[in-house]
Amino acid sequence: MSPGHKPRLAVFKFASCDGCQLSLLDCEDELLAIAGAVEIAYFAEASRRMLEGPYDVTLVEGSVTTDEEIEKIKEARRESRFLVSIGACAISGGIQALRNWTDVNEYIHTVYATPKYIDTLAKSHPISDYVPVDFELRGCPISKSQLLELVTSLLIGRKPRVPEYSVCMECKWRGTVCVMVAQGIPCLGPATQAGCNALCPAYNRGCYGCFGPVETPNPLSLGEHFVELGQSRAEVSRAFRSFNGYLPAFREASEQFEDS
Amino acid sequence: MTNSIPMPGKHIVIAKDALQTLFSTLQAANYTLVGPTVREEAIVYEEIGQMDDLPVGWTDEQGPGTYRLEEAGDGRYFNYVVGPHSWKKFLYPPKLTLFSAQQNGDGVEFTANKESPQYAFIGVRGCELAAIAIQDRIFLEGQVTDPHYKKRRERAFILAVNCTQPGETCFCVSMQTGPKVKNGFDLSLTELDESFLLEIGSELGGEMLADCDWRPAGSYELNQSRQLMLDAEMRMGRSLDTADLPEILLDNLDHPRWDEVAERCLSCMNCTLVCPTCFCSDVQDVSDLTGGKTERVRVWDSCFNPDFSHVHGGNLRPNIRARYRQWLTHKLASWEAQFGTLGCVGCGRCITWCPVGIDLTEEAAAIRGGQS
Amino acid sequence: MTVLMQQTTTALNGQADAMVPETAVITRIQYEAPDIATYTLSFTDDHIREQYQFLPGQFNMLYLPGIGEVAISISSDPGQPGTLLHTIREAGNVTGALAKLKKGATIGVRGPYGSAWPVESAEGKDLIIVGGGIGLAPLRPAIYHVIRHREKYGKVTILSGAREPGDLLYPDEYDAWREHGIEVIVTVDRADKNWRGNVGVVPMMFYKMRPDGRKTVIFTCGPEIMMRFVVYEALARRIPKERIFVSLERNMKCAVGFCGHCQYGPFFLCKEGPVLSYDRVEPFFSVEEF
Repeated sequence: MSPGHKPRLAVFKFASCDGCQLSLLDCEDELLAIAGAVEIAYFAEASRRMLEGPYDVTLVEGSVTTDEEIEKIKEARRESRFLVSIGACAISGGIQALRNWTDVNEYIHTVYATPKYIDTLAKSHPISDYVPVDFELRGCPISKSQLLELVTSLLIGRKPRVPEYSVCMECKWRGTVCVMVAQGIPCLGPATQAGCNALCPAYNRGCYGCFGPVETPNPLSLGEHFVELGQSRAEVSRAFRSFNGYLPAFREASEQFEDS
Repeated sequence: MTNSIPMPGKHIVIAKDALQTLFSTLQAANYTLVGPTVREEAIVYEEIGQMDDLPVGWTDEQGPGTYRLEEAGDGRYFNYVVGPHSWKKFLYPPKLTLFSAQQNGDGVEFTANKESPQYAFIGVRGCELAAIAIQDRIFLEGQVTDPHYKKRRERAFILAVNCTQPGETCFCVSMQTGPKVKNGFDLSLTELDESFLLEIGSELGGEMLADCDWRPAGSYELNQSRQLMLDAEMRMGRSLDTADLPEILLDNLDHPRWDEVAERCLSCMNCTLVCPTCFCSDVQDVSDLTGGKTERVRVWDSCFNPDFSHVHGGNLRPNIRARYRQWLTHKLASWEAQFGTLGCVGCGRCITWCPVGIDLTEEAAAIRGGQS
Repeated sequence: MTVLMQQTTTALNGQADAMVPETAVITRIQYEAPDIATYTLSFTDDHIREQYQFLPGQFNMLYLPGIGEVAISISSDPGQPGTLLHTIREAGNVTGALAKLKKGATIGVRGPYGSAWPVESAEGKDLIIVGGGIGLAPLRPAIYHVIRHREKYGKVTILSGAREPGDLLYPDEYDAWREHGIEVIVTVDRADKNWRGNVGVVPMMFYKMRPDGRKTVIFTCGPEIMMRFVVYEALARRIPKERIFVSLERNMKCAVGFCGHCQYGPFFLCKEGPVLSYDRVEPFFSVEEF
């Protein structure tokens, strides 16, 4: 960022639950510091003030599911110097990408009284299917600390640091006892990128894979272990096919267990 | 029963509930007690207040990739196998601020972290004492010493426990680290049916017993203890043939077994993080939003972390095969050249806490058996 | 020629906490090539500035608060430790941020660390110094040492190579080196239209030399693939393994053998390395992904 000019921040929303934007609002103590360090030019969820581009940093939440959104993301890209996808929807297509394995028209007819009003793409797409993305911040929702790391690093002028290791590291740092080994609870932690501070295992649950696959995952070995723990292959398939189910490593694993 | 200070080398007997007197003496001497306690379906090492916090009547059943806490109902205090935590958690904490940096104008000021907790470790097994001795070589006995480890280590009081309960994944006999503790303790304890047999390991150990009622151990207790140790030795769940192991592993860096284990290994890092000797770390900067104040924090790292082997231009160990090979050849081979000992003490944690139950004794044996 | 110099004499290592840096000010920035600059550092503390000493081939850890720390070899004259130079290529977070700093900025420095080029045990021998790209930077202190004690060495040859002419490191100094009776051979992988010199990768230039295998020592630093071929050429000329010295790069974090990142088989490259004789690293030099 050039000195003497506050970087202009924009936040755009696509198909999503707004949870990731809420993480930004949830920064509370740090929010004032952020507001002091950047000019919030466009953030519909937080402010009625909507300034035109160009923007220095644009955070994009949500997946692309309509033709209209395709145009909107291209426009956002043109107006943005540094574009960051935030959250599982923007990065993988989100939980709504479950429809990518089915016929969307069937869903529309089941859900809506007047299906003809619905205009949608056949699949739920990550942002990177349509425009180049400079950085991806994983999570469902994203983690507050990683969001702050993103903003801080952009202000300082270095690359944001996010972990490449699995959730297991965070369990061990916290001293959480492995729920899979000590209780036989299936846990996606060993295949999932850290970032949540190992929240679920600390509350006696297996990891749901909110931050998507690690850099070099071994989901097939992990899935086979879930079977040894008593899950059916269909259950294993469904475990991989959740918030980040359409990211390649989880997608392939879910398909492998579905077909076998 | 007498009430004086027993000398180092002496064997004495105390009633079980007299352990509480020792705990109180340690607390009065400003020690923070850490020891085994039941939490999250396991026996973990944590701060404890009194004897009741110990896992009285609890035990565990272990195997590759599995640990189950079980009620033994025998009223014993130390009748369990080592669990998911190790003492490195206290001597070499998972997250530790090394220093902080404060920007002032054009300059910057560094302030070291001088924190220096004083722990009394309750229930340290032979394999664990050996692990501490190995970390001593790394952090204290090289050209440079780690001041944080040094302070914690020097101030620590060690109540060791002779292990009467080896588990399915234990092989301390192969590594010659147990089940009986050898040295490096202030007090060592053997749990008998009715009493605790204590060996005084240091003057400090004796002094901490000043308020306890004790009597010299008789041949009854000494024989019982000896028998318990012999029984424990016979019940090792596993073994590891260490003869020429470093050479065998380093001569087989292209063995097909590495590919096979890579099919199973999750690269999740659990083995390295539960290992009581693994010492790899990373350092991270934690800054406030303006970058004015930064804490430099050391965290446990692992050779299974993809980021571990990054250099400019790529990853030197880009796959699970390369990472597993690094872990095993380090632990059971190159460690010897580095520190004059293997990096394994036979505690079995890496086998139990590997989610998919990979067994390093089996991997080492496979490479030994099928040498290329 | 059997003993590797592994001394790590240092003013800073003596302090209680080896991980806490001292502060130093950037007093000069000299641009060398695209993305490469040499930074002159001066310790803030007078005592440290006066006491500080290093050996050729050693490195320092440079720290930028909030950004991180990076291992950078020292590229100045060990005979003038008061003038501390680091030649740095912009390649990652820390070096990228360093490149944005201006004269007068304060950074953290701790060191020196690591093993050194065995300049003393190479006395009386012929010396070939081979640097590829930025790899010449850690060799320059050895070159200055040799110049300072020129009479103690036999034939000295420096082989410097880079991808393109603009990437050559320290080209302005080559003539000064030649004036001290040193042969300087320069080569580039790809020439441009103004280039009149050698074209070809560094190891190819060995055909220009007639080293006497009985009394030649080699110091080399550069990309691992280049060093592999340098070793090959040297062995083909009957230069014994224990007289070929390479400088290896790994991801160094602590520089004192605690963090484990720079392990290379039995070696911690921050302690036993970065400079090692080829006979010690040979078993691992060709193992993939080690």
